[in-house]
Amino acid sequence: MSISPNLLADLREIWSYQFMQNAIEAGTLTAIVAGVTGYFVVLRRSAFTAHAFSEIGFAGAAWAVLSGIPPLAGLLLGSNLGGLGIALLGRRATNRDTQIGIVLAFSLGLGLLFISLYSGYATQTYSILFGEILGVSSDQVLETVVATAGILVGVGIIYRPLLFASLDEDVAEAKGMPMLSLGIAFMVIVAVAVSFAVQVTGVLLVFSLMVTPGATAQYLASKPSRAIIASVLIALVATWLGLFLSFYTPYPVSFFITGEAFFFYLFVRFVYARFRMERISPGTILKPPTDRSG
Amino acid sequence: MARNIGEHAVTEAKQSLLSAEMLAAGYGGRAIWSDVNFSFERGEFVAVIGPNGAGKTTLFRVLLGLQRPMGGAVSVFGEPPSRGNPHIGYIPQRHTIDTETNVECLELVRLGLSGIRWGFNPITHPDREAAISALEAAGALDLAHRRLGALSGGELQRIFLAEALVSSPEILLLDEPLSNLDIRRETELLHLVNGVVRSRGVTALLIAHNINPLLPHMNKVMYVANGKMATGKPGEVLTSESLTRLYGVQVEVLKDPHGNVAIIPVEEHHGDVP
Repeated sequence: MSISPNLLADLREIWSYQFMQNAIEAGTLTAIVAGVTGYFVVLRRSAFTAHAFSEIGFAGAAWAVLSGIPPLAGLLLGSNLGGLGIALLGRRATNRDTQIGIVLAFSLGLGLLFISLYSGYATQTYSILFGEILGVSSDQVLETVVATAGILVGVGIIYRPLLFASLDEDVAEAKGMPMLSLGIAFMVIVAVAVSFAVQVTGVLLVFSLMVTPGATAQYLASKPSRAIIASVLIALVATWLGLFLSFYTPYPVSFFITGEAFFFYLFVRFVYARFRMERISPGTILKPPTDRSG
Repeated sequence: MARNIGEHAVTEAKQSLLSAEMLAAGYGGRAIWSDVNFSFERGEFVAVIGPNGAGKTTLFRVLLGLQRPMGGAVSVFGEPPSRGNPHIGYIPQRHTIDTETNVECLELVRLGLSGIRWGFNPITHPDREAAISALEAAGALDLAHRRLGALSGGELQRIFLAEALVSSPEILLLDEPLSNLDIRRETELLHLVNGVVRSRGVTALLIAHNINPLLPHMNKVMYVANGKMATGKPGEVLTSESLTRLYGVQVEVLKDPHGNVAIIPVEEHHGDVP
């Protein structure tokens, strides 16, 4: 396994390993889901909430390992319970940093307890914390396909009301939109997305797929549909490149994914956005439009 | 244009769009105000004035169907208020957008129309046209492709006005759109709202703290204080007798040569105010 100048040959070599095929398939699906939901997470300023889901999910996963059921089931259970709880707390609960932080700390502690109770092999816990993309099985790929389809259909159905409620909650409510149901639906979508993203990046690094691409995309496009596409592309490239680099180096995939997402964010935020602002601003300094009415 | 709608309005003037009889509202079983009566007709511009906590926003919430009245009757288009009435445009109080929101203004205005539709339909051209005409009416066409987070207070209020106008409402409820605006932006926004009221025959209720900037435009005034409301034409409400009755203490209404008013409690009147 050493890199050659022939990219095609390299890719063919990577693809020849079943575990790399699974990793690429699961990683691709997860990146799509994380890119789409991540855009809304950033737009709604719920990044901290999304992070809390993954840690509540960690407690669930550690409990699952202890009970001998698949960690993913525990992850889904934990993050969904957390999501429902936060959604039911009601309006603007997603911004309650303090309460979320308190629950988050307790969840981590609970997870730690479950790990210490578990007398077996601790690799599973390590992989929940930092990701295990290279160990994804064909069955897990299939599960990811189902979850991806479900999430994309779900987001498709609530797309416009969710966008409206994210940008202008008060007016959306006055227009008769069911804010509580919308909040629950979104939290469940994020909880499922986080649970699958955890397979790739781990609980502690889930931000790199759930938040960084969405945050970067906000600087690249001001139309939501385009920004979502940008967010997905960033998550995809970060995942693919991460898998490629880690295949030829001894370093973990999660590190490459977080690093790529981070440095691309820095580039967009401080180089691209600044260049763009300079190009736009001089012409758009406003003339007051009401001068006409005098 | 304005004249045509004006004639149209005269024929329908007898039909009141908004009315209340002995209306009471409050929170947790305690009324904020009660015995409120009003009747507003098509094309009227109403100033709603009163101190903080007097219940001005509560009145809007009742009209929007977000809060049930505690007593009395209220009707909107001849029916009880119901949430999500597409014929009401609304700008909430202290409405702001996070400065990091990098979404263009046109998208928000479009959502005022299409944001209530389920299902994924990314390209809907009719809502785009409606949004552009609403932006034009709100004097904000030049802001269409600017990012929401980068707007000034006055620009943002024009975008919110466009968002409220995009569904072609017959009633506009504007909750303190003038707060945080300097005098020049305040005047500009009032001209815009007044233009919309006149050209579209819209009935607008606008909550403000200071009545003077509104005096040149409004048809009626609604003073909220002390758990009660005094409603009527400015000449009827802005009198020492009517406001003394409302506040429950002796007040005097003074006018300067430009028609601006000052409402002053008699006891604290030192005699050196014009």
